Amino acid sequence: MAGGLDYLVFFAVVALTFSLHTLGLNLQWGLTGLFNVGIAGFAAIGAYASALLTGPDWPGSLGGLGLPVAIGWTGAMLASGVAALAVGALTLRLRQDHLAIATFGVAVVIQLLAQNLEPLTGGAFGLASLPRPLAGLELGSSARNALFLLILAGLVLLAWAALARLTAGPWGRVLRAIREDETAAAALGKSPFRHRLEAFVIGAALMGLGGAVYAHFIGFVAPQDFQAILTFQVWAMLIVGGSGSHAGAILGGILVWAVWTASGTLLDLVLPATFQVRGAALQIVLIGLALIAILLWRPQGLIAERPGGRPRRGER
Amino acid sequence: MILQYLGDGLVQGAMIGLGAVGLTLTYAVLRFANFAHGELLTIGAYAALSVLWLVVPWLGTAALAPFSFGWALIVALPAALAVTCATALLLDRLVLARLRAGAAAMTVVIASFGAALVLRHLVVVLYGPQPDYYTRAIQVALPLVPREVLGGLRLAPEQILVVLVTLGVATALHLVLTRTDTGRAMRALAENPQLAAIAGIDARTVVRRVWLIGAGLAGLAGVLQGLTVQVRPQLGFDLLLPVFAAAILGGIGSPPGALAGGLIVGIAESLAVPLAGAEYRQAVSFVVLILVLLLRPHGLFGRAP
Repeated sequence: MAGGLDYLVFFAVVALTFSLHTLGLNLQWGLTGLFNVGIAGFAAIGAYASALLTGPDWPGSLGGLGLPVAIGWTGAMLASGVAALAVGALTLRLRQDHLAIATFGVAVVIQLLAQNLEPLTGGAFGLASLPRPLAGLELGSSARNALFLLILAGLVLLAWAALARLTAGPWGRVLRAIREDETAAAALGKSPFRHRLEAFVIGAALMGLGGAVYAHFIGFVAPQDFQAILTFQVWAMLIVGGSGSHAGAILGGILVWAVWTASGTLLDLVLPATFQVRGAALQIVLIGLALIAILLWRPQGLIAERPGGRPRRGER
Repeated sequence: MILQYLGDGLVQGAMIGLGAVGLTLTYAVLRFANFAHGELLTIGAYAALSVLWLVVPWLGTAALAPFSFGWALIVALPAALAVTCATALLLDRLVLARLRAGAAAMTVVIASFGAALVLRHLVVVLYGPQPDYYTRAIQVALPLVPREVLGGLRLAPEQILVVLVTLGVATALHLVLTRTDTGRAMRALAENPQLAAIAGIDARTVVRRVWLIGAGLAGLAGVLQGLTVQVRPQLGFDLLLPVFAAAILGGIGSPPGALAGGLIVGIAESLAVPLAGAEYRQAVSFVVLILVLLLRPHGLFGRAP
């Protein structure tokens, strides 16, 4: 039984790190209509920033600073936020798709740097031995994971509450107004560019935090954890949960991760060992098809945006 | 060595350009950035590989000197282009066209990103993750410029063919777009869909032709990439950023611009190799992209909005 509970805690931690990503994407896409295809890149920036701030002195590299985890996670949010500020300042005045292409470029370049800039990132092997928060407490491994889950759940609730407060107020109303009719919002004296940039930066900071939290949970950071598939997973989660709704974003993260792990386990059981690589690819094909089907037939997701937002086109 | 880097960059740039011409057309007429465009290259490359396996027992593997490939690949090419075009039309009919017509315009971009992932991994499921080759024959580089002149230049006949084919196809396309009714209808639709409809242009026919041209060029680029480099599931995905950079550098909606953009990106990538190392090739496209967005967001040949 203890094994089952341990697994549940493990599952919940990973699902909730995804929820941090989906909350960030919900602010960017769900509420502001900004298309970010570089989620993996922003998550990686956060993860590596935190690793460098908190990690030990790795041999053969520039080394970590050994600072407390809280500082690492704050640094992660700052680093991803600054990267988003640069990309956003450059592209948010241009046509929408240019932001998508630029964020895609960020993800590709971050992946290249992670793979190749060995003195800083440890290359393909990444950086290991990252500390857990409150590592000083003498605890068994189950208790350590449960503690981590508590801290993470607190972070997700905090992010949720902060976002709900922000987006329910005047700032959120301007975001929705811009998403629906930019010209009208601008005519009322609201700067679409500034509001978009703010939403983009805050969203990216949450993605950076999600990347850092995940890295500290598994204890290392490596390039293969930040590939296009991560971006896709987060999009799938937000769309399934319901773009525009914070609760939907969190729920979508948990639900899609459950489907993802369950289908992965199932394929592992069914397929022979020699077919594992193709099995993993098959899983992505199937879930990708499911996502496209949802986009076509239920674009509002499980939890639709609450009234006061707009009626989605698909509901009319 | 500078001449060799320029030559290699020109060859790679020609293939990036072919991809970018198709992308810029669909971007301008259908009004969305198609993240599945890279996978059209991959599908072209793999479709040719499959047809090659089918026809080699009849046509044999004898090479057509000076090239390393034989009649089999020449037969496989049109079949590969047909498969690529059919994939694009099917994707549009089943998914993209519905989203363009209905939901918020940008969901079509996510759908194309999802479709790209599905197609890329479908290739892995069907063919496995390992790289393949059209022919095991060795491609012998011909010395075009002696070593004494700027380090010399050696190119394989296949690489020279890539440049010639690209120039030929680009010229033909330019004539089609500027001299035929189809070309004028495409430009009209890109410029102003409402006005084009009033003028009696059937948008569906034009959209279909845009996909045929875009996917055909992508399939061709994929086969050429497979011939000169290798066939692998990541082929198109790895070229997507360079192709986007080339299309934006050339100015969205400008096929000659996209081709020029492709050549510039290809040569820039190649020249960066001795400076930064081959592993950072793709970062060059990103730098080009950022510079264009910073200095001239409507591109070299595009018009300011």
